[in-house]
Amino acid sequence: MSRRDAVAARTDRSTPPPRPRHTSRVPVALLLPAALGLLFLVLPLVGLLVRTPWSTLPQRLTEPGVLTALRLSVQAATLATLLSLVLGVPLAWLLARVEFPGRRLVRALVTVPLVLPPVVGGVALLLVFGRRGILGSWLDSTFGVSLPFTTAGVVLAEAFVAMPFLVVAVEGALRGADVRYEEAAATLGAGRWTTFTRVTLPLVAPGVAAGAVLCWARALGEFGATITFAGNFPGRTQTMPLAVYLALETDLEAAIVLSLVLLTVSVAILASLRDRWLGSR
Amino acid sequence: MTVRRLALAAVAMAGLVGCGAGQTVPQGDAVTGDVTVFAAASLTEPFTRIGEDFEAANPGVRVTYSFAGSSTLAAQIDQGAPADVFAAASPDTMTTVTDSHDHDPKVFVRNRLVIAVPDGNPNGVSGLADLDRPGVKVALCAPQVPCGAAAVRALAAAGVDLTPVTLERDVRAALSKVRLGEVDAALVYRTDAQAVAADVDGIEFPESASAINDYPIVVLGNAPNKPAARAFVDHVLSDAGQAVLAAAGFQAP
Repeated sequence: MSRRDAVAARTDRSTPPPRPRHTSRVPVALLLPAALGLLFLVLPLVGLLVRTPWSTLPQRLTEPGVLTALRLSVQAATLATLLSLVLGVPLAWLLARVEFPGRRLVRALVTVPLVLPPVVGGVALLLVFGRRGILGSWLDSTFGVSLPFTTAGVVLAEAFVAMPFLVVAVEGALRGADVRYEEAAATLGAGRWTTFTRVTLPLVAPGVAAGAVLCWARALGEFGATITFAGNFPGRTQTMPLAVYLALETDLEAAIVLSLVLLTVSVAILASLRDRWLGSR
Repeated sequence: MTVRRLALAAVAMAGLVGCGAGQTVPQGDAVTGDVTVFAAASLTEPFTRIGEDFEAANPGVRVTYSFAGSSTLAAQIDQGAPADVFAAASPDTMTTVTDSHDHDPKVFVRNRLVIAVPDGNPNGVSGLADLDRPGVKVALCAPQVPCGAAAVRALAAAGVDLTPVTLERDVRAALSKVRLGEVDAALVYRTDAQAVAADVDGIEFPESASAINDYPIVVLGNAPNKPAARAFVDHVLSDAGQAVLAAAGFQAP
């Protein structure tokens, strides 16, 4: 937003400089539900911290499975986010900028993975990319490629669930962006591709970044589609959420430690990226 | 549907009346209210059936089930889930619940592993050693859940050291990988293979004898409805209940 404000300020001299926001007089009608909302989101975290076995924490953290699962989680979530960026940004652009019949339907279809229970998403992926799947059987017979039970399968499952977050965020940013800049670029002779890369993308960069962060976070926590489509094998497809689930079967404290590791790493990464991409405000 | 249900209920009633005199129904005071039963996922079909029979025999009672992995259920009970009865797929899991209270779990059935393969057994699997052949994809349960622990024991007894493609979260998930054709075989309980006999063949193997799972059942210490919970457990242990369980492929204890 601040970027657009700056652009607007530069182009229109009469615009007053942005006023500092007042935080002193917050109405109680907003403050109370806001505080309750925050409490509601943070309390479960407190619950985890209270039950954390702090005395045995160091030795639990150095158990071999923990780092393996963490590394796999971060790698898979990052790859899934990259895949979502490559496919999702153009899709968002199409939905925001191009009129075509059935656009509403396509827009609704994009959000299907958001409402689909992830386990069902995993089964659906198996029916398409599995060994007997519509595409999977062809991939298997032609290239000898089998996606289920592989790390690539984890990436695929995570991207399926997480990409809609990116598409929705980027499309919103595109619809909020001023098309006059793109039109100006076009009148100056820029083609659609040049306009997209030189004008549109920089304009919605904060939206893309926010969408990517959301997408990455969702991919990192993905459980249902991953365990259904990619299975669970340490070092290959067992991500942190899967490790947490199975630890929960026998050892609550181990599950809490794993959850805490996942939370710490994700919050640290998200906070640092947010500062870099969106500017700390 | 209704007619079939009525018929079932009638049969169940007859069965109950037959054995009720012996052990099941305490005379006089009829049990009422809700009974919440937490039961291992592998008990889904027979317990649903037993619940219908039990409700038919005790008109004032309603049975509610939560079917899931035994360990998940045990964790929920430990965290204060309001359950009356717990039926687990392994004594170890039961121990985690009964430690802190004063209970006396009873083993009510046994289950053993079979090799589940797609209908018609296209790979010609006849024993555990066949699962170690190159190109044969196998799903096992994760060692943290009872069917996985049983699989580890059976494979050790057979001296087979195989690498599965996946360690599934419960026996039904392992079985569904066979049904979807994603794996060539999975080690599952005989009862689970029997429940989907149209899609899956269950192949018995001798080493399963060293991996027999006892299923204990207990009335929980803080059960909200103890009388009905006791009546339910008695019904499971009765001849009528055991007949339903045997039909599902379980062995008597």
